[in-house]
Amino acid sequence: MTDIILQARGLQKSFGALRVTDDVSLEVRSGEIHALIGPNGAGKSTLVQQLTGHLESDAGQVALCGQDVTSLGPVERAAKGLGRTFQISALAMENSVLQNVVLGALGRRGGVFRFFAPVMKDRALLDVANNALARVGLRAQAKVRTSDLSHGQRRQLEVAVALTQSPKAFLMDEPMAGLGLEGAGQMIDLLRKLRAEAPILLIEHDMDAVFALADRISVLVYGKIIATGAPEDIRRNREIQLAYLGKEAEL
Amino acid sequence: MRREHIINLVTLAVLVVVPLGAWVLDEPFIITLATRAVIFAIAGVGLNLALGQGGLVSLGHAAFFGIGGYAMGILASHAQAYAPLMEWPFLIEGTKSMPIIWLVAVVSSALAALAIGALSLRTSGVYFIMITLAFGQMIYYFAISWPAYGGEDGLVVYVRNGFPGLNTLDPIQFFGLCFCVLCIVLWAMSRVQNSAFGLALASARQNPVRVQSVGIDPYRLRLVAFTLSGAITGLSGALFADLNRFVSPTMLSWQMSGEIMVFIIIGGVARLFGPVIGAMIFILLEHVLGGVSEFWHIYLGALLLMIVLFAKGGVIGALAGREVAHD
Ligand SMILES: Nc1ncnc2c1ncn2[C@@H]1O[C@H](COP(=O)(O)OP(=O)(O)O)[C@@H](O)[C@H]1O
Ligand SMILES: [Mg+2]
Repeated sequence: MTDIILQARGLQKSFGALRVTDDVSLEVRSGEIHALIGPNGAGKSTLVQQLTGHLESDAGQVALCGQDVTSLGPVERAAKGLGRTFQISALAMENSVLQNVVLGALGRRGGVFRFFAPVMKDRALLDVANNALARVGLRAQAKVRTSDLSHGQRRQLEVAVALTQSPKAFLMDEPMAGLGLEGAGQMIDLLRKLRAEAPILLIEHDMDAVFALADRISVLVYGKIIATGAPEDIRRNREIQLAYLGKEAEL
Repeated sequence: MRREHIINLVTLAVLVVVPLGAWVLDEPFIITLATRAVIFAIAGVGLNLALGQGGLVSLGHAAFFGIGGYAMGILASHAQAYAPLMEWPFLIEGTKSMPIIWLVAVVSSALAALAIGALSLRTSGVYFIMITLAFGQMIYYFAISWPAYGGEDGLVVYVRNGFPGLNTLDPIQFFGLCFCVLCIVLWAMSRVQNSAFGLALASARQNPVRVQSVGIDPYRLRLVAFTLSGAITGLSGALFADLNRFVSPTMLSWQMSGEIMVFIIIGGVARLFGPVIGAMIFILLEHVLGGVSEFWHIYLGALLLMIVLFAKGGVIGALAGREVAHD
């Protein structure tokens, strides 16, 4: 029997007449990488926002480690251990790379309302921050202004900030987009090891990465999860191939 | 040393040397101008915490400037009339002591900023600008229609308030006092900018969602920043009233809010010394152009337009280049 770390039940979300999340239930279990795949516009990013609390759901519940967090906002959910990366990088662009990870470490540790001690000389925060940068391979870029990073490096930094949170579960929205072959390979290695620390709900377009990493896969089409299962099962499932994989293969 | 540091040091040097020269040459008017610049700079440093660091475009900071001014005016006018502010349930007397006046100015403007901020910070963007403007106007009209403290005419204080060990009526001594306050405020602000709070506040300006995602609530950061910002601007208001020995609703007007914002835009938004350079240039322009034409504000407007169009970082941005994140 495995622990359920993150659980969504009956989530709904509509934008006007458009039903973007349609009765979605899924769970992320301890130690696994649970990939969420689906065509563009299926509602994957919307679902992530609902899980993190950035979007309020019309109906349904979200539980983290058995505790209902449905009524909590994004700040409280993050504090309770939901770490995330964004599809469109959400970083403090004028700050240095190191400052972005130090902010993450600060959020995790607490003590934001300290007005006099220089935060960039705080050894405890710097250790967490530098360690996270090293793990994603951005150590050499620590002092670079974030807006000067390439798209791929921004993705890596997103992941590094999530690492500083030592979360109970990761939600990663396309962490490999724009990484290039080498970067994607490094990221796959990192995520493979990371699942031992906390399970990952991984949204990813790169099917090679998904099949290399995922323990389970859920397929989201038009806001509905049409299948959940082991990678081999998903690969064999004709309906999915038609809805998604086939279309992708044609491109 | 970074270029911005050099600019900052030169700015301070000019700000000291000019009034000292004027003192040697016995030109008290120049000393008064320099004192004005210093006091405006303090107001701007206060606003810059909200506007520059926090990205909170407040068009209501004259409220705090004026509350500081009225703190001085009310306390000093009661003291000079030997009439206590209140006798029951406990006795509160007026005072002519600057440290006490400053304390009252800081606390009352901080409380006002806390209240206004708590409501205004629920909004953002243009709504925030409008709601801070509206609160500012409320306080402005309240002061106008409050006859006990002079209404539209304001309050006159006959003798400048005292500071232990100084003759505050001597322009150079009063300048020195204000300059010390500015230096302390700048020092404190540089610490705040580099603190945990400063990092979180600046990050919340750039990307509030990012800050939320690491478990920090941007609203609380902004409320604290707005309150501190109002407190500093309130302190400068008390000094400004003492400089003029006069306080009136003009200090509370939205034009005053705009002027404080102009110091920051001229000097450089979010730069520690931005409002200092901005206030100095503003006073210089006011003095030079004001002598040439009654409509000097038109030239000021043209200058602002140029800065907004061609030099977004203000004077410091133009001279020092892009901000360095950290050493
Ligand atoms: N804030 C919003 N308002 C209206 N429609 C939205 C909003 N966010 C997303 N959508 C729509 O919801 C659908 C799903 O979007 P999204 O969750 O980003 O899909 P995915 O991440 O799977 O590509 C799209 O059709 C998109 O246009
Ligand atoms: Mg998406």
